[in-house]
Amino acid sequence: MRTYHQLTDPDRSGLADQIGAQRKRVAERLAGVRRIVAVMSGKGGVGKSYVTAHLARALARGGRSIGVLDADLNGPTIPGLLRDSHAPRTTHERPEPTNGMDGVKYVSMGQFLEDGAPLAFTGPSAESFVWRGAMEASALREFLGDVEWGDLDVLLLDLPPGMQRYIELCDILGTPPAVLTVTIPTPESRDAVRRAMRAAVERGSDLLGIVENMVGGELKGSAGADLALEFRTPVLARIPWHPSPDDWSELASRLPQPLGLRPQAP
Amino acid sequence: MKFLCVECDQQMAFAERQLPGDGTLAATFKCPKCGRVVAMLTNPMETQLVSSLGVEIGGRTVPAEPFEMVHANVVTGGTVWSSDAQERLSRVPSFVRGMVKKIYGDYAKERGITEITPAVMDTARAELGLEGM
Repeated sequence: MRTYHQLTDPDRSGLADQIGAQRKRVAERLAGVRRIVAVMSGKGGVGKSYVTAHLARALARGGRSIGVLDADLNGPTIPGLLRDSHAPRTTHERPEPTNGMDGVKYVSMGQFLEDGAPLAFTGPSAESFVWRGAMEASALREFLGDVEWGDLDVLLLDLPPGMQRYIELCDILGTPPAVLTVTIPTPESRDAVRRAMRAAVERGSDLLGIVENMVGGELKGSAGADLALEFRTPVLARIPWHPSPDDWSELASRLPQPLGLRPQAP
Repeated sequence: MKFLCVECDQQMAFAERQLPGDGTLAATFKCPKCGRVVAMLTNPMETQLVSSLGVEIGGRTVPAEPFEMVHANVVTGGTVWSSDAQERLSRVPSFVRGMVKKIYGDYAKERGITEITPAVMDTARAELGLEGM
């Protein structure tokens, strides 16, 4: 009996072509985006979303066109951090990003859910672990490929803790995104973040640098410096517990070179 | 996934897709040589897995809509209970009312039903064997 690869007739379902069309759609939608940067960490609670939102705003204040995709589908926080209270709330009937604070464009699963409601999918509840991950990856693909992002200097992807979403992104994008790593000073964070950075290097991502967050308080350690030395990547900023707009502006000013963007005219 | 007519050693061709509405899927495949037809039947979990990939068995007849998967599958709000259904639920003994409400809620969620009405409760009761709830 012949095996799968020996059956070569075209398949009317064209599943491979359908997947190819999805990837093409993502590539076309992101054609106007100069750099895609995943803000990630192997550790939860280090302030990835907070850093993402304030970095995005600082870059936008400096004249860059910036988008943020909230890739934390189960714990979306970007709308709360970027929502411009003067702007009408978007319903997403049209696939355009929402204009947030300082002109940052964003999309988040939080805009699709009722306040406080967990992300849930219709479908059989028994053994939902089999398909739920694929559903989340599809939602992420739609956020990338269906939203009219337009021309952006940088699209920041705010990732949840862990590596799963990063791996999904690599598959959807076709090429691994550049990575900006966020850690807190503690050795526990360093050890968790190290794993994530190793995975990113193994996948071929450019490491843009490290942001050490929550510095100067009760959290002791040298995670930022340790990781910078180990991965030969710079510590771009050490953000204090109560950062000022200047802290974010300073971080934003250090990114254009690693991102390959021309410095802004003063 | 491909289908082979072993007797003819021919790759079978997709013929038809049916969505009965109960979360399952039926796809038929026909041998181009002998005409034999077989049906692939998937259970709700398997159907959901295919759906989650954003592809359609048998091929797409229309281009994908923006946010097609999100709009079709993400529960954007809680299930609504009609006033009649709430009244009926209130007649369930209080010590099991929460459990019964969850059973109906899960039933509606699995089928994409956004409003629970007495008719939905009747159907669920018959399908799930919940006589007396």
